[in-house]
Amino acid sequence: MDLVRSVLSGDRLALARLLSQVESGDQAGVEALNALFPHTGGGQLIGVTGAPGTGKSSLVNQLALHYRQPPGGEPRRVAILAVDPSSPFTGGAVLGDRIRMRELSGDEGVFIRSMASRGSLGGLAAASAGAVQAFDAAGYDIILIETVGSGQSEVEIAKLAHTTLVVDVPGLGDDVQAIKAGILEIADILVLNKADRPGVESAERALQGMLKLGHPTKRVMHHGRTEDVAAAKGEQAAADEWIPPIRRTVATEGKGIVELAMSIEGHRQFLESSGEWRGRERARLQNEVELLLQGELMSAWRSRVSPAQYEAALDALVERKQSPRQAVAALLNGHGGKA
Amino acid sequence: MAEKKIRVLVAKPGLDGHDRGAKVIARALRDAGMEVIYTGLRQTPEMIAEAALQEDVDAVGLSILSGAHMALVPRVLDLLRANGQDKVRVFVGGIIPDEDVTKLQAAGVAGVYGPGSPTQKIIDDIRATVTGA
Repeated sequence: MDLVRSVLSGDRLALARLLSQVESGDQAGVEALNALFPHTGGGQLIGVTGAPGTGKSSLVNQLALHYRQPPGGEPRRVAILAVDPSSPFTGGAVLGDRIRMRELSGDEGVFIRSMASRGSLGGLAAASAGAVQAFDAAGYDIILIETVGSGQSEVEIAKLAHTTLVVDVPGLGDDVQAIKAGILEIADILVLNKADRPGVESAERALQGMLKLGHPTKRVMHHGRTEDVAAAKGEQAAADEWIPPIRRTVATEGKGIVELAMSIEGHRQFLESSGEWRGRERARLQNEVELLLQGELMSAWRSRVSPAQYEAALDALVERKQSPRQAVAALLNGHGGKA
Repeated sequence: MAEKKIRVLVAKPGLDGHDRGAKVIARALRDAGMEVIYTGLRQTPEMIAEAALQEDVDAVGLSILSGAHMALVPRVLDLLRANGQDKVRVFVGGIIPDEDVTKLQAAGVAGVYGPGSPTQKIIDDIRATVTGA
């Protein structure tokens, strides 16, 4: 297939076109991804998530600049997938992440693609995984994935990336925000951006506190006696556990980026030495297969049930003649549940 | 899965620092259901062509108020062609004298819009040229 060969040979227009096909779900795109899949697996996938306005785009920009010219290292090829929300009303979108990435312009070793979420929840688009595969096959070493500005439960990124950065800024919330379930739990690395702002100390303390609850280093015994958890579990405890570091950055000035990149590399090494890398790859691919299955099963079912029957079932719900679960059972039984 | 969305790059080439018009258009195209990639101020023609390529857009909208349109627009058109993106339609908005409008259209610009142009006309023109192409 021509498109596949062009993408593999580094043709940027071919890659751009493939990404569009992947996004619109064209059969040609599906076939190209199938052919490209054996060429994937070489890229390091780094997710960047956090609330709107925390500086994700600026941070991605700085990380990309860093990987293009790592001090004392070889330049890496960098792809960026920047996801922004689609309007739930019109389906339109304004994708503005490139504004913060103008310094990357003109560099052949960087490819930036903006993607609208198109109704997907979870902070990514349905086509994100496919787009990442396209970048991976095209030979990009580092693939930075920037999510939609996320609230508390947009955690899909952790199922796509090898390393997930959660970006926080001073002044966003108190320490109860920090112990809530959700986005902070998925962090492999916590980034405290805009660290030149007031409140950075207390923000870091809140994050530290949250980490200590999750990864206690001391166990409190009766009468306030404490016991070292690592010692209790033996010396190996440290090697098979990753405790997310907190990195302070000022992305607009490039401060803290080298240290952040060191943490990312540390996490990669941890994944490899602990055997977690393979585990994450498996979990990533399992997640993708399950998402595809859901979509396929849903559309297969949709094609078998008539709109009139579906409408009738919905009417019966509104009139309280049946419950949602009864409706599902009836729709599945009558129409393709066992086909 | 999803249908094909119209993707438009809205860019501000040149040195004038006024992007209200570009933002109004970006918003209007969004409300018309298009995906708008907005790149911000002071873009060179090279930056615009590169973004258009990576984003695989159907159309490029250039907002120019500086008077440099006769230098900037043909350069963008040339770079798009050089990248193999000759199907990408280019629209120009801003303060463009009448005699330049004809020149730009002759050079391959699909539409030129002065101040006060109804946004609905721009939306309709983009949709017509992109889906008709």
